[in-house]
Amino acid sequence: MQVPAQVEYEKATSVQHALALLARYGPEAKILAGGHSLIPMMKLRLAQPEILIDINGLTDLGYISRSDDVLRIGTLTRHAQLLESELAGEYFTIMHDAERVIADPIVRNWGTVGGSLCQADPSEDLSAAFAAMKGTMVIRGPNGSREVSARDFHTGPYETVVGPSEMLTEIRLPIRSGHLRGGSGYLKVARRVGDWPVGAAGAAVWLADASGGRQSIADAGIGLTAVGATHFVAAEAEDFLRGRPADEQNLARAGEIAAEHCHPVTDQRGPADYKRHLVKELTTRVLRIAVSRARGAAS
Amino acid sequence: MTIHDSDAGANAKGSGGGAYGPVPRKEDARFVRGQGTFVDDISLPGMLHGAILRSPLAHARIVSVDATAATAHPKVMAVVTGADLAGRGLAWMPTISGDVQAVLATDKVRFQGQEVAFVVATDRYAARDALELIAVDYEPLPPMIDARTALDPGSPVVRDDLPGCTSNHVFDWTAGDKAATDAAFAAADVVVGCDMVYPRSHPAPLETCGIVADMDAVTGKLTLWSTSQAPHAHRTMYASVTGVPEHKIRIVSPDLGGGFGAKVPLYPGYLCAIVGSMITGRPVKWMEDRSENLMSTTFARDYHMHGEIAATADGKILGLRARVLADHGAFNATAQPTRFPAGFFHIFTGSYDISAAFCEVTGVFTNKAPGGVAYSCSFRVTEAVYLVERLTDMLARELAIDPAELRMRNLLRPEQFPYTCATGWQYDSGDYPRALRLALDMAGYDELRREQAQRRARGEYMGIGISFFTEGVGAGPRNQMDILGLAMADGADLRVHPTGKAVLGVSVQTQGQGHETTFAQIVAHELGLSPDDVEVVHGDTDRTPFGLGTYGSRSTPVSGAAAVIAARKVRERARVVAAAMLEVAADDLEWLDGKWRVRGDPDQARGIAEIAMAAHSTLELPDGVEGHLDASAVYNPPNLTFPFGAYICVTDVDPATGEVKVRRFIAVDDCGVRINPMIVEGQVHRGLADGIGIALMQAIVFDELGNCLGGSFMDYLLPTSMECPSPELGETVTPSPHHPIGAKGIGESATVGSPPAIVNSVVDALAPFGVVHADMPLTPANVWRAVQGRPVRPDLALS
Amino acid sequence: MKLTVTVNGTEHSAVIEPRLLLIHFLRDELGLTGSHWGCDTSNCGVCVVWLDETPVKSCTVLAAMTDGRRVTTVEGLARGGKLDPVQEGFAACHGLQCGFCTPGMMMTARWLLDLNPDPTAAQVREAISGQICRCTGYENIVRSVLWAAKHDRSDDDSRL
Repeated sequence: MQVPAQVEYEKATSVQHALALLARYGPEAKILAGGHSLIPMMKLRLAQPEILIDINGLTDLGYISRSDDVLRIGTLTRHAQLLESELAGEYFTIMHDAERVIADPIVRNWGTVGGSLCQADPSEDLSAAFAAMKGTMVIRGPNGSREVSARDFHTGPYETVVGPSEMLTEIRLPIRSGHLRGGSGYLKVARRVGDWPVGAAGAAVWLADASGGRQSIADAGIGLTAVGATHFVAAEAEDFLRGRPADEQNLARAGEIAAEHCHPVTDQRGPADYKRHLVKELTTRVLRIAVSRARGAAS
Repeated sequence: MTIHDSDAGANAKGSGGGAYGPVPRKEDARFVRGQGTFVDDISLPGMLHGAILRSPLAHARIVSVDATAATAHPKVMAVVTGADLAGRGLAWMPTISGDVQAVLATDKVRFQGQEVAFVVATDRYAARDALELIAVDYEPLPPMIDARTALDPGSPVVRDDLPGCTSNHVFDWTAGDKAATDAAFAAADVVVGCDMVYPRSHPAPLETCGIVADMDAVTGKLTLWSTSQAPHAHRTMYASVTGVPEHKIRIVSPDLGGGFGAKVPLYPGYLCAIVGSMITGRPVKWMEDRSENLMSTTFARDYHMHGEIAATADGKILGLRARVLADHGAFNATAQPTRFPAGFFHIFTGSYDISAAFCEVTGVFTNKAPGGVAYSCSFRVTEAVYLVERLTDMLARELAIDPAELRMRNLLRPEQFPYTCATGWQYDSGDYPRALRLALDMAGYDELRREQAQRRARGEYMGIGISFFTEGVGAGPRNQMDILGLAMADGADLRVHPTGKAVLGVSVQTQGQGHETTFAQIVAHELGLSPDDVEVVHGDTDRTPFGLGTYGSRSTPVSGAAAVIAARKVRERARVVAAAMLEVAADDLEWLDGKWRVRGDPDQARGIAEIAMAAHSTLELPDGVEGHLDASAVYNPPNLTFPFGAYICVTDVDPATGEVKVRRFIAVDDCGVRINPMIVEGQVHRGLADGIGIALMQAIVFDELGNCLGGSFMDYLLPTSMECPSPELGETVTPSPHHPIGAKGIGESATVGSPPAIVNSVVDALAPFGVVHADMPLTPANVWRAVQGRPVRPDLALS
Repeated sequence: MKLTVTVNGTEHSAVIEPRLLLIHFLRDELGLTGSHWGCDTSNCGVCVVWLDETPVKSCTVLAAMTDGRRVTTVEGLARGGKLDPVQEGFAACHGLQCGFCTPGMMMTARWLLDLNPDPTAAQVREAISGQICRCTGYENIVRSVLWAAKHDRSDDDSRL
């Protein structure tokens, strides 16, 4: 088995301590949470940080709680905890759907939500799911906290807006109540269970009762991963759906639009034409699921 | 749960009763406690760790190798380069195919991942660090990657190290009667042809290859703990290469974490560790990591095949022909009997009565890792069965005959056995139609076809795929089968202690197949003992007889037979002693219910335990018996054995995403007499999982630069518990007439038979879309592209 | 750095390099060779051990991360010399052949049964879906775990 290069190590005793260490050591320091993105890269020596700042002792950063209309997920929340959280499942079926197909149960025990989002793999399922739900990232730095939309969080493959002296501490998801009925889902095609997606789509729709007993889509969120969608979002397809009835024709059209606006790349998971086709297919299917769940939800 | 065919011939010699049966495994006691001893578990005082620097390029001249910085590393004890080995005459080593392979590259590197330098350090982390301190200057050369262009004039020549070598040609091999086959094709009503690839894959046992080498300069003894499926053969080869005489070499193959053919060849890392130990005077451990395993140890398959099948209008197959391009990688290191460079591929007429057949196989060099014969292929029978089973299905489709019915019309009949096929194999026994009928009944075939029609009407696509296979295993007769001149006979030594406990030394090497249990059962069955009374010793060349090891499902057919014969020799010696004990003539005794008994007075009896004590006692021993019962045997099999089976796979395919789900797998196997049905079933379970992986997700592919894109388990995907359904097993038993207990061997059957069943199933599902063939691996992308009519080529990287 | 970790109930202290992987610490420093390594990319799962209450892939955890915590390996499954029902189940149902993946499979099985004493076959398959076996085709592993569920002893106290 391959092994990492030499590295220094510090155990953070608090968020402030972690931030101070980041400030002291600069860009050669890396936060170590679950390590299930970072350590594999270190073993292959694709990543060679000079120092690791272990935040696993900061158990206060692992939580899923509700404050008013916000679901708050601490960055150190393990994937398994998000999957098991009844609270998260109640409002965000998409999160459970996505977590169920991320890696495997053992990796999910230790890998963290924050770690995966900050790794920013262009095929990361959670990035699409949080983008679909229009989450907000809370980033702590030496000068306090700032909030960034999940849709602006990623700036490129393996790159986020988190600066070298900052760390992600929380992800917030808006819980919409009121007269809208919401439903969400996530669909992934992979070469095998546990593999990175060939293509995946997550969607949330909020239905409003329009005149004449029809329902229209008040709002939609569509997240795509592994297909080069800008900010993991199918924004044009979302715009198309807003205000339109949630019928099969519109859902299919939204799938087509999503496929037109992504930039899949041919690799060993599949050729670009296939991936583009998958976007259309999966977006349509997951919208169907989201709509069906919205219709079944209590308003 | 296995379904037994009620008419199955259970009367063969040695079948049933006695110590045969689902005896729990003796091996399990240590493994469930985590107390197995695998090579990496071994730690010797003063042991050092080795690591290999490998080429990042597929084809390049080595301009210079500078190990200065690595040598200066405080934890590094030695650095060995190709030049150092050349000075010792060790830069090249023989392969099992009679070629040579570089131990450490000297002039050129010829595949990505080829060994270039070896570091020995005090711990494995330092050894890994030191690799980065070795500077190698490469001059890249155009790589030879696409096997289909390997023989084109002007293609880069891989083996310019071989005197006079100006092309990438390795061998040509033909079998069958070309003229008769051409005539059969000319007379046929229908001919169906197809190009199909059996992609390169890799056996990928969970334990990688490795060794602990301990050269004791004082005693001159070289002791190796090694992941070897053939420790004696390795010992003989090491003796010829290292200069250490064979009687001073001891190889211990401890517990092996799977083999599947990956641990048959000699690898450069083994020799590097030996040299490392010679240089440092300390034991040296080398364990490869997973990427080394996938990129440099023996791959499997990589056959580009063109097959044609000729038949009458009502589906009687008249002829079969095949042209094969075999990609052998950079060195010819295939592990099969030397006289058969294409292995047993010419068993490709399969299970059918086909009187005219002809095949030609051409082997070529490419800039890829060497190997080719591995991964439960039964020496290329996987490729042969895939070809004929795909062609049979395509013929059925062309003629609009149900594929089960078409097979029934062509399967060999029981009265035709022993059957000599068009390419010379003499199949020993079989009732093929019964096995197929059983599989069809278990599957509920007619009901499945009805369901398929109903689903199609709803726009849902399920497929039913059949595969009927015959393999030839248990190599083999010494006048035909050798590896580099070493005959493929294998032996057994049986010693019976005074208290009647037995120790059986065998030359084969388990890697999980349960030999410690099944071989104990064999001996116990012959001698009226409990399997607990028989200890099986294997894997230590100092304690076991010579043999060529375990692969090609040969353990039961060959060493198993040797064990039977040795046990029967013991039993005959025991007869003589028992006669002396009972004061009767030896002929007055018969072997009944586990004892020698006086004919007509069965209570006058002696069992092996008391006979053994008597043999060691002061009893006056008659001629023919010295003071013990011990015996040994070397078994020269008169023929291969021919296990067979009928498999049916049901899949559900989503043509819009290309996803394939294997819903059911029905497998009827006939491996002759089953010594331990529980172990037999376990072997079948594994092979079915292999098939799912091979058919749906596994492939080692290369890009145009020769970068190996299957170098980790992130891209070389193996099936998990989620892809493998609960198998439905059935059995028939047609004993092998020439094997002492009628057993045939089972280890590779399911890996041979399952991939065509799955591919046939998926193609069947996609028939409404006009798909006639689709190459493995049937990943979602490949399935979708097949549906679109634009299939991808599976051996090269997608681009 | 100085590491203090309790492994199978015994506290160990060692000075280690921060980069030392947990699997190597267990095997090479402590001699607990029952857990194995088999890949480079956290895919195969032969390295599964428990870190506190949960199974983790110990090839992807630094030993340093276990400081102050508890680790349980296959060597800690048996209690007072008595095999765990999971171990008995694997032996009874031929759930192993070469034995290389077995410790990891058993650790996951034990964890599953502690959380879900009566799992379905599908749930067992899902629980082990991140761990590869090359020998059994998984069927007998599933049967072994279901056997253990049926024969589990209710008087087992926490193994931690």
